[in-house]
Amino acid sequence: MTGLLELDDIHTAYGTSLVLFGVSLEICRGECVCLLGRNGVGKTTTMRSIMGLTPPYKGRVRWKGEDVTGSHPHRMARRGIGFVPEDRRIFSELSVWENLDVAQRSAKRPGPWTIEAVYALFPKLRELSKRPGGVLSGGEQQMLTIARTLVGNPELLLLDEPSEGLAPVVVESLLAQVKRLKAEGLTILLAEQGLDFSLALADRAYVLQKGSVRFSGPAGELRENVELRDNLLAL
Amino acid sequence: MRRQTVTGVVVSAALFVIAATVPVLGSRYYTFVATDIVIFAMLATSLNLLVGLSGLVSFGHAAYFGVGAYVCGILMKAGGVPFLAAWLLGGVGGALLAGVFGYFCVRLTRVYFSMLTLAFAQIVWAVCFKWNDVTGGEQGYPDVPMPDLAFLDWLPWIGSLRSGDKFYFVVLMLATVSMLAMRRIANSSFGRILTCIRDNLERTQFIGIDVRRHQLVVFTIAGGFAGLAGGLFGIFNRGVFPDFCYWPKSAEVLIMTILGGMYSFWGPSIGAAVLIILNQYIVSRTEYWPLVLGAIMLALLFAFPRGIAGAVGAAWRSRDRFNA
Repeated sequence: MTGLLELDDIHTAYGTSLVLFGVSLEICRGECVCLLGRNGVGKTTTMRSIMGLTPPYKGRVRWKGEDVTGSHPHRMARRGIGFVPEDRRIFSELSVWENLDVAQRSAKRPGPWTIEAVYALFPKLRELSKRPGGVLSGGEQQMLTIARTLVGNPELLLLDEPSEGLAPVVVESLLAQVKRLKAEGLTILLAEQGLDFSLALADRAYVLQKGSVRFSGPAGELRENVELRDNLLAL
Repeated sequence: MRRQTVTGVVVSAALFVIAATVPVLGSRYYTFVATDIVIFAMLATSLNLLVGLSGLVSFGHAAYFGVGAYVCGILMKAGGVPFLAAWLLGGVGGALLAGVFGYFCVRLTRVYFSMLTLAFAQIVWAVCFKWNDVTGGEQGYPDVPMPDLAFLDWLPWIGSLRSGDKFYFVVLMLATVSMLAMRRIANSSFGRILTCIRDNLERTQFIGIDVRRHQLVVFTIAGGFAGLAGGLFGIFNRGVFPDFCYWPKSAEVLIMTILGGMYSFWGPSIGAAVLIILNQYIVSRTEYWPLVLGAIMLALLFAFPRGIAGAVGAAWRSRDRFNA
């Protein structure tokens, strides 16, 4: 396996409030890695640091071996990192199709994920293609956010809390779709509070506590070892 | 074609026909007011490429209007350059200046962006105010020649009109072409990206858009169209004066844009028409016109928070819903 993304001891702060205290992690091509931890431990900040939205003030972000710390977010997107943020807001004034069109044009990364291909993955979006994004339901918006990221043909997908706020039945279909993406070889970094969702997908897991990595290892270990799991993640 | 597009074309065509019939009324005064409205509609629409389309509130748009007016006026009077070439170069002047200032402005956001646009505009004003050899300084640059419109003489009816009416037609034609160009830009995929930036800057960045570059491009385009409007205004006004670039002019255009409705393409034009007509009407009746005008503006903005065009649009859509 070759290292795709590597975080080397990153420290990140919002203004004067420090959030990450030396997070190191590595994601290899084709892997699904999940980032676990309670609310506020720095999962979203880790993703924002990777994306360049909140660049780390210390430490390195490496993409395919190249130091990309402090790169602009649009450069990261064009390098092939697709970010699906927690708030899953789409461009509410544009129609579903326009949302996808804009994303496809801006990422400038042609590949297998065309608008047709994402419509095939999320058939519901085809039906809604002329609707303004602002009138979609939560689950539909989540599909659109993922679809919007996919049309940029990312090599690494950052999924931040994809199941949050969705009805159980919607979460189930989402899980199936993300599994399909994984099966097609897409590398995924998943941040989740929902253990069932993440452990069903992940190959490896990192558990964050108070802005640093407390555990890293195969996801199977967390799946089977209830004591370890409770110890790390109990509320 | 989408129904929205059809409505757009019908409205545009109707506006054009109404505007074109003004000289038929035969009054110099009406033609004068109509020319004023058309030029300011163009200027306000160019500002709205920034304010409404892209969410960039510029407080210094008059700078590019003024520079366009000076470039066009000076080239015509001192350089003997034919009107059309001078007019286009006025637009180029506005765009170049906007490109340079914009480079710095788009590095800032929100109110800091607005303040920097204002600061640059005040520099432009100060230069125009003091540079006696070129701009005529405080005295302005008078007697910009009326373009030679003899080429219109072969046309039936238009050929027999007064020169003010003929110039009005030229203004109307050039403004129409400019407005259609701006409309094209607003509805293009570039325009959609600008709307995304207005909607959420961060989100637009991480789908791969170079936000600053898009903002700089639209700032330059808007400055170019403001310069084109300025060139026409300098000729119409028979002279160019430093107050073309002064901040109250920027505020006036911003008021037109917001009053008319910044989320509609034609809103700023409506705002320009309403503000100019109100101004003319009230000034001729009372010496307290700023007070009356201010009170009316306040009432309009309270009644139509999304501008006149926003209110009309909402009424139109609710009518549709009842019929459906």
